[in-house]
Amino acid sequence: MNDYLMIIRGGGGLDSSPEEMQGHMAKWQKWMGGLAAAGQLGGGEPLMSEGKSITNSGATVLDRPLAEGKELVGGYIIFKTDSLEAATELAKGCPGLQEGSDLEIREIRKMG
Amino acid sequence: MVSVLLKIFGSNNLELAEDVVQDALISALETWKIKGVPDNPKAWLYRAAKNKAIDILRKEKFSESIDFEDPERQLLKSEYTLANTMEQLWDDDSIKDDFLAMMFACCHPEISEENQITFILKSLCGFSTKEVASSFLTSEDTISKRLYRTKEFFRKSGTRPKIPSSNEIVPRTKAVLNSIYLMFNEGYNSTHADELVREDLITQALLLCRSLTEHEKTNLPEVYALMALMCFHASRSKSRVSEEGEMVLLADQNRNLWNQELITLGNQYLNQSAFGKSMSMFHLEAAIASAHCAAQKFEDTDWKLILNCYDQMLAVSEDPVVRINRSIAVAEISGAKTALESLKQLEKDSRIQKYYMYHSVVGEFNERLNQHQLARNHYELAKRLTQSEREKSFLDGKLKKLSHLTN
Repeated sequence: MNDYLMIIRGGGGLDSSPEEMQGHMAKWQKWMGGLAAAGQLGGGEPLMSEGKSITNSGATVLDRPLAEGKELVGGYIIFKTDSLEAATELAKGCPGLQEGSDLEIREIRKMG
Repeated sequence: MVSVLLKIFGSNNLELAEDVVQDALISALETWKIKGVPDNPKAWLYRAAKNKAIDILRKEKFSESIDFEDPERQLLKSEYTLANTMEQLWDDDSIKDDFLAMMFACCHPEISEENQITFILKSLCGFSTKEVASSFLTSEDTISKRLYRTKEFFRKSGTRPKIPSSNEIVPRTKAVLNSIYLMFNEGYNSTHADELVREDLITQALLLCRSLTEHEKTNLPEVYALMALMCFHASRSKSRVSEEGEMVLLADQNRNLWNQELITLGNQYLNQSAFGKSMSMFHLEAAIASAHCAAQKFEDTDWKLILNCYDQMLAVSEDPVVRINRSIAVAEISGAKTALESLKQLEKDSRIQKYYMYHSVVGEFNERLNQHQLARNHYELAKRLTQSEREKSFLDGKLKKLSHLTN
């Protein structure tokens, strides 16, 4: 069993109405509930779109996330499963895909 | 409300759950004092408690106090699903289910009956430790210990509140009913607790049982039967004790004081209990209580019906206490002599010989047969055996009457 990080980029119902928002959240609820029940969920959180970035070995502080627009990281989920392929299959169920997000799945590296 | 919160925080976090309820109540009082009571106070309270619970979940996210590894609680850890999950948990139907599930957990067969009732009163009925202590006439310390033991049991066994599956529901519900009936009797019969606590116990037992009738999984015939039985008993509670605090026998009770509303309700529940094949002890006891309630005067009592019920109860299992009660019906139908004979087999039962009720009844039969010396001996014995002051003064009255007769 390994941990896989799914990075969610872009999309998101930021400007959707409260009703639409509720619909979105119900989908996330269902999907994550299924993962939790199957023991495949390690955690995950949505992120605010505002942020700061530090670059140049700490010399520069920007008042925005590094990547913006379609590249903006909007949240993450951690899967618990056996292979990158299995994690990718799990990611295909993510409701974010229908909200215009792109997903990137990476295995968490065990150091040492 | 505590049962939902226990589901949210885990059954090892009872104090936390109680704190949230307490906080919600305090903020309700403060807000309502200024703004007036809202249209739906219950919804307001639920929302307040829910918001407090959300604050705590966020604060404790990375602490060990709440077990977020539990699949059901994982969704409370992530902001993706926290709000939605909480919404579902506080749904009315879900709350009802949790309440029942908690009741089943409290009545787990491995928890002693005392501890079961203690935990029910504390976690489901909202009694304070002090109130639980006074309803059992014991110290708060003892109650804390009982609660601790039950919590330890939940922690060690990993028992989680859930409504049993359909093949377990009948025996498990029976355990819950026994516990409810014990609680009811604690309120109905106890002569030690003060009046208010006693009424509270009776009301809570009725509420718990009613919640079982309201759920499709647990509305079994015996649930309705117990509900009927408790209504019949409760209908007579006012007339059982005189203004001077003395016990009043059924024959001498002022039947105008009987609560007709509760009797009607009892009859409704009794009718509802008649479906299905199961005939429980509660059915028979309720039938007996109903016969008493149906009689306008003591002389009108249908003793044959009552005797028949007792016979059916004895046919299921021999129970000396039932036999003693049966002898009272026998005495009304065939006289005290036959009644005494029906108790013959209990003479060698050493446990029953220590039961005050036996001697009180045998004394009464002897009195009717003009065996005054024998009657007096039994009354004296009964007086020594009972703890209850009311019983003692009742027996004193009997003895006094006898001494008038002999002198």
